[in-house]
Amino acid sequence: MDVPKNLHKALEPFLIIVGSLSVSMVLFGGFVAAAGANPIEVYHTMYRAAFGSSFSWQNTLVRATPLMLTALCTALPGYLGLIIIGGEGAVVIGGLAAALAALTMPTAPPMVVLTTMAFVGMVAGGIWLAIGGALRHYRAVNETISSLLLNYIAIAVLNHLVTSTFRDPESLNHPSTYHIGEANMIGLIPGTDLHWGLVFGIVACVLAWFLMHRTVFGFGSQIAGGNVRAAQIAGLPVGRLILIVCFVAGAAGGLAGMVEVAAIHGRANDTLNANYGYAGILVAFVARNNPLAILPVAVLLGGIRASSGLLQRAHELPDATVLVMQGIIFLVILFSETLYGRFSQLQKQGVA
Amino acid sequence: MEVGWWGVLIAVLGGAIRIGTPFLFVSLGECLTEKSGRINLGLEGTLVMGAMTGYAIALHSGSPWLGVLCAGLAGMLLGALHSWLCSFQRVNDIAVGIAMMLFGTGLAFFLGKPYIQPSAPRLPSIDLGGWSHVPQLQAALQINGLFLIGIIVAIALRWILKNTSWGLKVRVVGESADAARALGLPVDRIRLLSTAQGGFLAGIGGSYLSLYYPFNWSEGLSSGQGLMAVALVIFARWQPLACLWVSLLWGGAAALGPALQSVGITYGYYIFNAIPYIMTLAVMIITCSPRRNLLGAPHELTITR
Repeated sequence: MDVPKNLHKALEPFLIIVGSLSVSMVLFGGFVAAAGANPIEVYHTMYRAAFGSSFSWQNTLVRATPLMLTALCTALPGYLGLIIIGGEGAVVIGGLAAALAALTMPTAPPMVVLTTMAFVGMVAGGIWLAIGGALRHYRAVNETISSLLLNYIAIAVLNHLVTSTFRDPESLNHPSTYHIGEANMIGLIPGTDLHWGLVFGIVACVLAWFLMHRTVFGFGSQIAGGNVRAAQIAGLPVGRLILIVCFVAGAAGGLAGMVEVAAIHGRANDTLNANYGYAGILVAFVARNNPLAILPVAVLLGGIRASSGLLQRAHELPDATVLVMQGIIFLVILFSETLYGRFSQLQKQGVA
Repeated sequence: MEVGWWGVLIAVLGGAIRIGTPFLFVSLGECLTEKSGRINLGLEGTLVMGAMTGYAIALHSGSPWLGVLCAGLAGMLLGALHSWLCSFQRVNDIAVGIAMMLFGTGLAFFLGKPYIQPSAPRLPSIDLGGWSHVPQLQAALQINGLFLIGIIVAIALRWILKNTSWGLKVRVVGESADAARALGLPVDRIRLLSTAQGGFLAGIGGSYLSLYYPFNWSEGLSSGQGLMAVALVIFARWQPLACLWVSLLWGGAAALGPALQSVGITYGYYIFNAIPYIMTLAVMIITCSPRRNLLGAPHELTITR
């Protein structure tokens, strides 16, 4: 293990990302100043709302949980050079399938129900995202566009089923499936207000990192992402790699949907379509697709989103303020892609 | 009800024009941008920003047409920002588009907060159905000037791309940036202008939403019209005139669900709404192939590689 070399390799992205976040903070500070608020106070409020107390920490972590999982939907295919933005569809289909699975087994013990829900949700989400990967490989259909279209189709399928075949007649104003039963809900981690979904998110990211960085499979995927021709000449089954990676990525999204149903809503309805998939894209880009980096980035973004309420009350800033901040961060991070390899000091150290 | 099933047809016709107009503007904008070899996925943000700007300016100035113009200018700025960011090495245009979507909608919601309550002056409509005695037909043929302008823009864009030196430059840059550089063409500047003009059109599409139909400003105003511009242009095979027909088709498809609901058919409402997306996906599956490029697509476009 030559740790120093790895450290230097990690130094460039670390410095560029920290630098980008600082630049974003300056730009956003200028923006709120133009809107008539004091930037220093705004940042102080955001810090308090996101990380200032154990209550706010828990709020932040609850919001970060689905983002950890949906970020994997974009991050893992990213290793293969694919830009997939279908996390929203995987969440919706996974959550719907998990809820329907639970409703078919009214008498089973909760542990069996929850395991089945997780399994069915992950398979459904995985297949949904793998469609985009398969179309890419076998029909050369652009995966970004097809996954975007599949998001809309998933939402239509959800809305259709919860307003027709699987509708609970008592859900008048907000068409939903029947409730999966209070006994089947995922409980809280003892001593906290956090549900177990957070653990799922962390475990999923760690496993995904292990898969992509410590296995032959992950190594093959990175080669295929670098150069498809070279991978094919080396005898790698590129099509199978794409299908499996997209399936695993979609399974993470499906699990996020299952957690939404089993830990929060208890039913499948259009609240599944809460833009977690789109926020996950941002997390994946900021984390540069690295599953371990997704964890802190998801917490950071969860914190930013958690602070919107207090920003409104303390500074009379509209709740869209955090959207503007996310947009600025996103744009600056993407712009920073052009900076890689331009700092010769970092390069030399990296080679040494 | 003597109109009955005819009513469905008329409602779909009216919907094709009424719902299709914003599709027309965003797809023409996206078409021009993509002809120059860039893809702008951020037109959703541009559209929402245009809707907000148009509404706010119309409210303050009392002139809806000034609102339309300013909506276009706001869209132009967002398009220019997109293109400027993409002109740097290794900056991915698809990813920047997703970010611009977030940034544009966020900015519009932020600045538009004070305009949710007050009501701005509406764009006037033109009655083409005065000859008819059927109220439904009269309503369907009540159209907006922007629709006619959109038709003119579609024809003009086709002519410009085909017959002018500017159009030729855009197409060369879109087909091969290397060839364009060899000819001494300023690739980045041509793409900047094309994307900015594309943003201008998308901004106008947004002002149609807030100033004519559905005629309000709220955070739920757009139902993803800007996002779908990319799919629409693929469907239209990068031809401005085809953008017109495809927009009408999508507007009609979107009106089908509510129209059937009015005659008592409620089953499948959401599935009808998804028809345009399913159709686009089907067209892409049928026409794409690993052995050749997407037919009619500019070669520099990242989505065809």
